Amino acid sequence: MNLAALHERASLNQQVRVFFAERDVLEVETPALSQAGNTDPFIDSFSVNTPHGLRYLHTSPEYPMKRLLVAGAGDIYQLCKVWRRDESGKRHNPEFTLLEWYRLGFTWQQLMHEVADLLHTLIPHLQKPPRFCSYREAFLESVQLDPHLATEAELSACAQAHGIAISGEMPVQAWRDLLLTHCVETQFPTDQLTFLYHYPASQSALAKIQQVDGQAVAERFEVYLGALELGNGYQEQTDSAQNRLILVQDAHTRGHDIPVDERFLAALEHGLPECAGVALGIDRILLCRMQRDDLKQVIAFSWEVA
Amino acid sequence: MATYGSNDLRVGVKIILNGDPYTVVDSDFVKPGKGQAFTRARVRNLKTGRTIEQTFKSTETHEGADVEDRDMEYLYTDGENWTFMDSSSFEQLEAGATAMADAVKWLKGNEKCVVTLWNGVPLQVTTPNFAELKITQTDPGVRGDTATGGTKPATLETGAVVKVPLYMEEGEILKIDTRTGEYVSRVKA
Repeated sequence: MNLAALHERASLNQQVRVFFAERDVLEVETPALSQAGNTDPFIDSFSVNTPHGLRYLHTSPEYPMKRLLVAGAGDIYQLCKVWRRDESGKRHNPEFTLLEWYRLGFTWQQLMHEVADLLHTLIPHLQKPPRFCSYREAFLESVQLDPHLATEAELSACAQAHGIAISGEMPVQAWRDLLLTHCVETQFPTDQLTFLYHYPASQSALAKIQQVDGQAVAERFEVYLGALELGNGYQEQTDSAQNRLILVQDAHTRGHDIPVDERFLAALEHGLPECAGVALGIDRILLCRMQRDDLKQVIAFSWEVA
Repeated sequence: MATYGSNDLRVGVKIILNGDPYTVVDSDFVKPGKGQAFTRARVRNLKTGRTIEQTFKSTETHEGADVEDRDMEYLYTDGENWTFMDSSSFEQLEAGATAMADAVKWLKGNEKCVVTLWNGVPLQVTTPNFAELKITQTDPGVRGDTATGGTKPATLETGAVVKVPLYMEEGEILKIDTRTGEYVSRVKA
């Protein structure tokens, strides 16, 4: 345990609150234990037995915060603990702190600039302006293939050519994820933020979709410092039918082990205002601020000793 | 035998990969925020000693390798095989040249070694960290030269050749770090 990290975290949290107070964004709290969980096929929730039935620890406060937006809360942010099962490593801890906020009437491009402003405040040694790069450009630059057009065989051959040893078959998106984590992210500069945008539509989650150069892409961005992913933002999908479709499909892919959040979907039918939203990993930002490389160095007590 | 998920591939876990036993030397969990998770690992082949990088899907399971470390005493060699004895059961085992590798350079008899067995067959022999061995051949010493730090080769009683300070003479006993093959100190007879 690192006492300096405790002080850095406290001052970072304080800077976050000042940043949003100056911009008139309201701090909110929503429940950490919900009756419905996250149906995303690649994110696993912890469940807790309660006298009132099984409840799920939230993996992000997205659904209840969107319910607040529907209810007219205006611009809001939340700084809270979230939990994701089986995510454990140097840069993952199953319990971590997330900062999530929503801006009404913002485009995702405006939100990227606000994210950059905040990160430059929280990581003072960042001097260079951020770079902005589409998912396609990033792949073309680092592995010389178009991620939207490449077939499973081409993606797998590319992985092999880059010395990645992995056995078995995978769907196209998994090969893209493999190349992204092993080859593309590792090329990102370590002294400036990289914003990656226009993910394949299959990677849209609850973001809006648009057509760009004949491809359906998500109005979604991820922000990185070097290879470290710090956050994920969307132009939020406001179409309630589209949101329902995604949640139901995801639940089906998962095998219906997690109930779909009907309260969230019912709220959306009253009209989610046009907005952009983003979530940032506070522990990882603290890693960057303190120039460390293992989360254990910035968490009071890591998972193993919690 | 145990099976491991990709999340369980921590340092020291031993698994079967392409039919060979491997030990995990280093591993890390990687996952894009919204995508497929992988475990990137460096694994060492326990038969050849070669280390490779391997990436595992989070959904994969891996068969554990039935590898066991046993404390055994080195007895003798016939030149092709090296015989070890379990000091509690008195059971004897023979290790071949591949399993011995560098260990042959440091053994003269009765050393307590760790013999790594896979399905009961010796895979690897680890000698004690330090060996005390006599110099059988070295060029004549340079008397009084203890400060310049120069070295010369010396052949030891097991046939190993190590670099020693210039003032060392034939017949002297040396302490060698077997992990690095480096001279540590002179042993008072």
